[in-house]
Amino acid sequence: MYNKSLQELSSSLQDKEISSVELSQYFLNRIKHFDGELNSVITSNEEAALVAAAEADKRIQSGDSGLLTGIPLLHKDIFCTQGLRTSCGSKMLDNFVAPYTATAVTKLEQAGAVMLGKTNMDEFAMGSSNETSFYGGVKNPWDLNTVPGGSSGGSAAAVAARLAPIASGTDTGGSIRQPAAFCGITGIKPTYGRVSRYGMIAFASSLDQAGTFAKSAEDAAMMLQAMSGFDEKDSTSVNKPVDDLLANLGDSIKGLTVGLPKEFFTDDLDSGIRETIETAIDTIKSAGAHIKEISLPNINLSVPAYYVVAPAECSANLSRFDGVRFGYRCDSPKDLEDLYKRSRDEGFGDEVKRRIMMGAYVLSAGYYDAYYKKAQQVRRLIKNDFVEAFKGVDIIASPTAPSVAFSAGEKKDDPVSMYLSDIFTIGVNLAGLPGMSVPCGFVDNKPVGLQLIGNYFEESRLLNVAHQYQQLTDWHLAVPAGYEQEV
Amino acid sequence: MSIQSEDVLKIAHLARLGIQQEQVELYASDLSNIMNLVEQMNQVDTSDIEPMAHPLDQSQRLRSDVVTEVNQRETLQQNAPDIEDGLFLVPRVID
Repeated sequence: MYNKSLQELSSSLQDKEISSVELSQYFLNRIKHFDGELNSVITSNEEAALVAAAEADKRIQSGDSGLLTGIPLLHKDIFCTQGLRTSCGSKMLDNFVAPYTATAVTKLEQAGAVMLGKTNMDEFAMGSSNETSFYGGVKNPWDLNTVPGGSSGGSAAAVAARLAPIASGTDTGGSIRQPAAFCGITGIKPTYGRVSRYGMIAFASSLDQAGTFAKSAEDAAMMLQAMSGFDEKDSTSVNKPVDDLLANLGDSIKGLTVGLPKEFFTDDLDSGIRETIETAIDTIKSAGAHIKEISLPNINLSVPAYYVVAPAECSANLSRFDGVRFGYRCDSPKDLEDLYKRSRDEGFGDEVKRRIMMGAYVLSAGYYDAYYKKAQQVRRLIKNDFVEAFKGVDIIASPTAPSVAFSAGEKKDDPVSMYLSDIFTIGVNLAGLPGMSVPCGFVDNKPVGLQLIGNYFEESRLLNVAHQYQQLTDWHLAVPAGYEQEV
Repeated sequence: MSIQSEDVLKIAHLARLGIQQEQVELYASDLSNIMNLVEQMNQVDTSDIEPMAHPLDQSQRLRSDVVTEVNQRETLQQNAPDIEDGLFLVPRVID
């Protein structure tokens, strides 16, 4: 049951072979059985989920249902959910019950999907290993000593362990693609502006974008289809019709040109990762695609530019957490300044504080031009490189991450080394392009992800290539040892 | 770029972030390392490049000035640490 595609689950629901209540209970049981050690789900929505599932069953009975009606899912705890705690992985919001629901969540609710719970994440989505969460780290089901990646580590680990068929995530610098790679599942971050950011707790507003985790590209497409679209309530949402993401999945990729950025395939690249990616590229080639070397001359500046833009926007966004209107407040503040300072010191973890300080520094008087303006200029250079590259190729391929999942604790005390684990994903966010990660093999028994990058709003082409690749391979169907058992 | 302890204290104050005295040194060294990474940006000349604020160069959309939200004071204040008569309470600011 746990490895069935959304199409299969949906057919079973439509044919009344199983009810949504049974299906939801099935995955809730898997969460109860397996999540004690993984720590991927931090808030259960069991009671409300079973009510929503019964509602979905009624809709199916009455014929008023779609592909996602009755399908259970998990949401990253960055999305506001009315009446249910929304913590963003932080002590600051440990007691915060959202007064409204994020648009992306509402859209999935309207499609009839059933929210089983909220997933663990790096605090305020700042991290690449899920170790900065107030609720403790998440373990990677492929190897419990390693991290699941971050910041959407809970969603990725949960889908990998088959605790839910699909889950939402957000990606500011790689937070969907890197954990998808580390956990051996499929993840997509669409074009900036494609999914509404309304009700998605802001980290770096010009980079944040919601997306999906699933076993396969086809499942990811079905979920993304339901989440996407223009939203009045998000001023950066793009008013452009959403393509039918399922229509072109079956198209042949014969004649398609795939670009390989030479800057991502240097001698420094881990040899195991390189071999695995090259084999994946050969498979895509065998389906009739042309392979072409390209250059993104400024891409090596993406991590430096990101660590100005993201902290600057983070320091502005997180100034709302002041201990006054909502969130954590320190005990017996002696004056207003003490209230602000101690509430923020006690409510935020180390990485969040580091980024707030970085941001405050680069935005402080006299430094704005040298850092923030400079970074926004570098950002345009990086975007221009991609625009130039897409004149000659349809899609770009590379490794998703420079390594497989690393050990818990390995990079925790070395921020710069942690930041560099997103070296292949960050440029995509700076440019605002859609990107995804597809499982393409193993190194040391740990999954490797192939990153595919598309041109603006070409999610449908990305998903088409990923789906065609998954017709020729079965890496996406691999289930970590121990989790194949039915419970 | 090296960030000193006094810089850390100044930035922390700007961000209204209390930090523990014993962590100041660590912040100084972490932030210095991050700044060294950031300064790789100086490898490239950007003097005639327009800064990029939105990936699609979209500008902020305007909307008509009409009321779209209803009053939710009570719901919103359920998350507040301290309220009285519908107001948020903070320590006395003016004596």
